[in-house]
Amino acid sequence: MLWTRKDLLGLEYLTPDELQLILDTAESFKEVSTREIKKVPALRGKTAVNLFYEPSTRTRVSFEVAAKRLSADVINIATETSSVRKGETLIDTGKNIQALKADIIIMRHNCSGAANILARSLDISVVNAGDGWHEHPTQALLDIFTLKEKLGKISGLNVAIVGDIAHSRVARSNIWGLTKLGAQVTLCAPEMLIPPGIEITGAKISNNIDEVLKNADAVNVLRMQFERDEGAAFPEQLDYFKKFGITEERLAKAKKDIVVMHPGPINRGIEMSSGVADGKNSVILEQVTNGIAVRMAVLFLVSQAKEAKG
Amino acid sequence: MKEKVKILDQEGINRAIMRIAHEIIEKNKGSVDLCIVGIRNRGVYIAQRIAASIKQIEGVDVLTGALDITLYRDDLALASGQPLVRKTEIDFDINDKNLVLVDDVLYTGRAIRAALDALIDFGRPRSIQLAVLVDRGHRELPIRADFVGKNIPTSKKESVEVHLKESDGSDEILILEKE
Amino acid sequence: MSILIKNGRVVDPANKIDAVNIQAQAATIIDAAGKIVASGIIDIHVHLREPGREDKETVASATAAAAKGGVTTVLAMPNTHPAMDCEDNIKLLQGIIKKSALVNVLICGTLTKERLGQELSDIAALKKVGALAISDDGCSVDSDTLMLEAFKKAKQAGLLTVCHCEDKKLSGKGVMNLGFNSTRLGLRGISNESEYKRVSRDIELAAKCGAPVHIAHVSCRESVDIIAAAKKRGVKVTCETAPHYFALTDEDIVDYDTNMKINPPLRAKQDVAAIKAGLKNMVIDAIASDHAPHTENEKDIEFDRAEFGKIGLESGLAISIMELIEKKILSWQELVNVLAVNPAKILGIDKGTLSVGAQADLIVIDAGKEFILEKKSIVSKSKNSPFIGRRLKGLVEYTIYNGKVIYQG
Repeated sequence: MLWTRKDLLGLEYLTPDELQLILDTAESFKEVSTREIKKVPALRGKTAVNLFYEPSTRTRVSFEVAAKRLSADVINIATETSSVRKGETLIDTGKNIQALKADIIIMRHNCSGAANILARSLDISVVNAGDGWHEHPTQALLDIFTLKEKLGKISGLNVAIVGDIAHSRVARSNIWGLTKLGAQVTLCAPEMLIPPGIEITGAKISNNIDEVLKNADAVNVLRMQFERDEGAAFPEQLDYFKKFGITEERLAKAKKDIVVMHPGPINRGIEMSSGVADGKNSVILEQVTNGIAVRMAVLFLVSQAKEAKG
Repeated sequence: MKEKVKILDQEGINRAIMRIAHEIIEKNKGSVDLCIVGIRNRGVYIAQRIAASIKQIEGVDVLTGALDITLYRDDLALASGQPLVRKTEIDFDINDKNLVLVDDVLYTGRAIRAALDALIDFGRPRSIQLAVLVDRGHRELPIRADFVGKNIPTSKKESVEVHLKESDGSDEILILEKE
Repeated sequence: MSILIKNGRVVDPANKIDAVNIQAQAATIIDAAGKIVASGIIDIHVHLREPGREDKETVASATAAAAKGGVTTVLAMPNTHPAMDCEDNIKLLQGIIKKSALVNVLICGTLTKERLGQELSDIAALKKVGALAISDDGCSVDSDTLMLEAFKKAKQAGLLTVCHCEDKKLSGKGVMNLGFNSTRLGLRGISNESEYKRVSRDIELAAKCGAPVHIAHVSCRESVDIIAAAKKRGVKVTCETAPHYFALTDEDIVDYDTNMKINPPLRAKQDVAAIKAGLKNMVIDAIASDHAPHTENEKDIEFDRAEFGKIGLESGLAISIMELIEKKILSWQELVNVLAVNPAKILGIDKGTLSVGAQADLIVIDAGKEFILEKKSIVSKSKNSPFIGRRLKGLVEYTIYNGKVIYQG
């Protein structure tokens, strides 16, 4: 299996084999972080630019650590969207970074499709670190990697995704990735947070969290962003927790070894109780650790694809 | 068209590995503090066979590990194919050990250079020794093997293929003539 | 000067002619053997951008594009800067037209001052200075009372009201059609409802005072049904659609092509089917381009931030031939009806026919000619076409306006 893509824009675009290659490569990279000297020279002399149009600490730091463990040089650019609007266009910014002879742009952007637009305008690699509501491929890859590590496989699993599906790039990437690898995804949320047509992906839809948890091998709990003002309707906070919050009581009725995931940062008491977040089923911190390996794999593969081509 | 000449068969390989095992024990005055690390892929199987031979001779289990050198290669940027990154598995402390590094064929020495770099990231062994099944010459770096299964003088136009049961289904060493 | 077009297949539905012509003497002779000869296209929905946004398009560049696309009359939408909301502004535009227009340019005035939906324009004055219709195109008047007032005033003045039907409370910050494709792309959706509810309201208000109403750029199936029902019960309603609403769906926005960001948005397959059926059964009266030029700066950016709209003067005929004639939805007679005959009737102008003595606005079409639409070949000042790079079929060979050849392919 040859990796031919210079960019990683979303999991919708990948074949099951490509997904598998990233996961396999990540498995090899996981060992690097357990060493005394947590660094390999694979991307020595390469420059990765973290271009973040939206505030994010954990994803940016995770990519930075991943790039540094591959010996790449990392430059961080954080830009306020408001000032960008008046100033340089996205493509101009990208071309400037390319002119600096950087090799990879890792971009977070509040507009869906921003990474696609940048990638088709540049020769260098673009890795999507989250674009609007569209995709957050490395988050889903680390979720899937963690799940596979815990349960030994993906195919045949019942995976529930709970929360604001409509406005979640994490949900979309997970749906594509899990479905392609043969898992059955069930989305659980109030009706107003289920985006139209999502069942076309093969995902099932439910608004009964207790029913969903009964059959689930894993549950991925999305962050509820009540503060977001998109003009969209949102459920009332307490009401949401009552109907959809993941609590110890609910979990007691689920499969004993159900895997509980969360992309972070957690709103304790809103989407899940503290007891669940810190409980024995939670793999939230392992997800963070695995994020490094997955991102190392992605950075390595996209840079190799470029070399193979040029 | 490639013409194949078989240089060693299964028995020859077995004998070579057994001899290497004896030499390792002799040089290290036994198997105390000894560990064997194979370079992926075939080096790992040879390392395991050497360890098995040492167990036969000394009755001792020697620590073995697997090293993937992809990320350390100096031709990563030039590689026309795409190297597959595989797992490195060294589940023991290499500090102060006498470490025997194992590969199937010693040629330019560049793979060994990469392996030495990788090993140093894991710690500081007391010594690193090199065991190879075949030394075919044409070194590009100042590297030599401590234990050699068979010296096979070759021309650069030829290529040497080591086949092992574990990876290729049979044990044999072939020389292939490129046209 | 006289021009003779011979051997062409003359399609003139107004005079019920579909025959090969053989004629006598003339100064210029065009051999149209194997070609279609028809009235020039009357495009009743065009954004010329002049005055105000000459960086996007000018009267000169747009009418040159029109000539290339076989369009001999355009109705200029009033959302210019300044907007066509008073006598002075219309006179300003008339001056520019007189100086630089290559084809017939008619003017649409605004419904409300500055198109703000607050206060009606002096509709009688707009009529007097020469506006042919009124519209706040790009916006819909939210107030029912003000809209009813507008219909009454328009009726008094004898002006047609052209309605851009969109309830912005429903379409909100949407950038494409609401459905699976907006979900998969993570873009905010625009529902059919935001369009058809306003279509329904505007028809009701117009019917209430007996004013004629024209619904612009119909894109969804419900709108077609509502208009069909209104026509059936005798309401004086006409409507248009645009080539992209029967040639493209929201599925085509695969890689965030901002040239496919259009308002109303490219809809679903079922809507495209309804639009085609509406053209066939004459619920939809006309095809208009909704030619909306935008610069690269306004399009080569994030999808959310890009302007709505695409150019269409140069490709509309080819798209119509490919989607309607080739796919056997319409006959040539029916196509010329929606491109020329009906638009003339809607505007109440004496055009769209090849009658003896009529002004000679006509085109010669090589309907079988294939070409790839290239960016550099686009005459319009802006290049925002979603069809760039596509193989199209149907090329204008000659455009004759007022007896003169203004374009030759």
